[in-house]
Amino acid sequence: MLENFINQFWPATVDGLSLGAIYALVALGYTMVYGVLRLINFAHSEIFMIGTVAALFTITTIGVSAPLGGLGLIGMLILLAVVGMVVSGGAAVALEYVAYRPLRRRGASRLAALISAIGASLFLQQVFALLVIPRLFDRPKEGGRLPVQAPEFVERSDVISIGDFVVRNDKLLVVVSAVVMMVALDQFVRRTKLGRGIRATAQDPETAVLMGVNIDRIVTATFAIGGAMAGVAAALYMMRFEETNYFVGFLLGIKAFTAAVLGGIGNLRGALVGGFALGLIELYGSALFGSEWRDVIAFSVLVLVLMFRPTGILGESLQRARA
Amino acid sequence: MRRAFSRGLVAAAAASTLVLSACGGDDNTSGGGGGTQTTTVKLGFMGDLTGENSGIVIPPRNGAQMAIDEYNATNPATKIQLVPYDSQGVPEQATALAQQALNRDKIVGLVGPAFSGESQQVGPILEEGKIPSVSASATNVTLAEKGWKYWHRILPGDRIQGTGIGEFIARALSAKKVFVIHDNQDYSKGIADFVTAALKGKGVTVDTDVIDPEGSDYASTINKVKPAAPEAIFYGGYYAEGGRLLKQLREAGVTARFLSGDGSLDAGLAKGAGGTNADGAVVGCPCLVDPTGESNEKSKKFAADYKAKFNTAPAIYSAEGYDAATAFIEAIKAGNADAEKINTFLSTIDVQGVTKQIKFGPNGEPAGGDVFVYEFKGGSYTLLGNSKDAKVG
Repeated sequence: MLENFINQFWPATVDGLSLGAIYALVALGYTMVYGVLRLINFAHSEIFMIGTVAALFTITTIGVSAPLGGLGLIGMLILLAVVGMVVSGGAAVALEYVAYRPLRRRGASRLAALISAIGASLFLQQVFALLVIPRLFDRPKEGGRLPVQAPEFVERSDVISIGDFVVRNDKLLVVVSAVVMMVALDQFVRRTKLGRGIRATAQDPETAVLMGVNIDRIVTATFAIGGAMAGVAAALYMMRFEETNYFVGFLLGIKAFTAAVLGGIGNLRGALVGGFALGLIELYGSALFGSEWRDVIAFSVLVLVLMFRPTGILGESLQRARA
Repeated sequence: MRRAFSRGLVAAAAASTLVLSACGGDDNTSGGGGGTQTTTVKLGFMGDLTGENSGIVIPPRNGAQMAIDEYNATNPATKIQLVPYDSQGVPEQATALAQQALNRDKIVGLVGPAFSGESQQVGPILEEGKIPSVSASATNVTLAEKGWKYWHRILPGDRIQGTGIGEFIARALSAKKVFVIHDNQDYSKGIADFVTAALKGKGVTVDTDVIDPEGSDYASTINKVKPAAPEAIFYGGYYAEGGRLLKQLREAGVTARFLSGDGSLDAGLAKGAGGTNADGAVVGCPCLVDPTGESNEKSKKFAADYKAKFNTAPAIYSAEGYDAATAFIEAIKAGNADAEKINTFLSTIDVQGVTKQIKFGPNGEPAGGDVFVYEFKGGSYTLLGNSKDAKVG
């Protein structure tokens, strides 16, 4: 058992980080919306799914004659990320308009918004399975539930190779891109006027209104940014796996939400820490006990962390602490 | 002549009471040849005809339809009408449809249900209603262990399939080290366990790991396969996950031969694996998919007729659907027009079908148990032969 772990330590570390990077980006959407609205946006997993479909459609439309490596790959990734950000961000804003804003206006309870979120999630899944995927990818109606593959556009090669420590280009790109996006977002929220508005609303919505913050605008911005991050995650996912399906967000959404809670929900840096931690725990746990124990171990660790630190690794809200 | 006539009359009378009591006898087609009155009996076909997995249920439906059309074209005294029941593979839906088939349509037999899950639920209903069934594709082992008297299937269960594939890996690939992966669903774990047992019986070293069918990142499994350096990898599960797993294995530089069972016998495996990753993958199945008709004369004729009728080559289970319907047709030809008599006839039936000798054991299992292996190349698969003597290139 321990021997397995030692043998697989480096591969597990690399894979854990690259998996965790995607968790972290998706976790941002959960954490930002929770920070501002105290709402768990369960339809966020579908925002991610929509991003993967958009990215896949883009590659299929452009078409690639040969797998891309080096700069070509980076260029393609940037293009996919931009498409993903626009589509997922737009979808998140639309979702807020349709599913949450009317409830918020009427002062419905948070529980009602939660049900609305679950409903929106199921609705989007089925609409994509029944209508969007068959239409976009020219399939018979019953083909909408099967995975859709992209043409192979990634030339995979090892960029670092020191003994057991081998890093493949796509895995490295995932981690680097995720960290860059996180840092950019963190700076944005800390330094810009809009960021200050977001922090103010998270801290105390009523006082924020009195100080002249337009709450509706802040909420829209929050959904747009969270969605855009899911769009980047979708582009990275597409590069890693080159396929998607209508159900792709489900498990990933649960894991990302777990990562958000693990790191401290409402806390941007917590999402990063939680995502990487969860990815590593899953891979180390699988190496030690076998892949079937992956989720058991991940959630056991989550429960343990929450027992000793109920607000997660970094505490609930950075916005609050630093305000 | 006289004898045949009176026998036909008895059968017709029995059948017409069934039909009349059902829905006013508008299915009772009269006319035909020579002034004898022909009657029609109803045979059901149950399975997922419009849902997610309809791709593997429509071919056996076509096969059954073809067998019945051929039979009806001979102007028999008792014609057969195939009634489709679209269960979408959902057990709850299947049980409701089974009640409808029994009480409203008064079927005399059922081809299906297609899947094991729905078979588990529909079995007791058919047993109580004393309606014989022949499934063309349900392969779960426990179905044969229920003691059902009216249940049959035309192809052997997962135990025979798993053992056949396991022995094939040990013999044809002479592998000494095999990695077995499954996705923890009933079917997948079952077949993986039978393959593992067969391999161990041949003295092969087996490592195992499990993937999550809802996840898409199989890195932890691949990290285990790589250092184990197996000569072959067997995956128990369906093609969507199988293709994804194969893609990630090849991307990680694992070149060992990939094998799987009937759940992965679909061009979707190659699509999911991407590029040429699936080339050389070998998939076993108790079913015979033989579009070029290499295996026997009957199969050759079947393939040609099927292609002419449906304008597409026979696919998975189409020949089994044909054989399942043939079992009922033989029973009706022999003058058995009610469910009880058909069931008695099925226990002694012994005729050559397209895929095998149609003959059932007392538990409803087919008497013959061949497993066929197929090799993927360029996005589709071709028959290699019987797992007992097939060779890989």
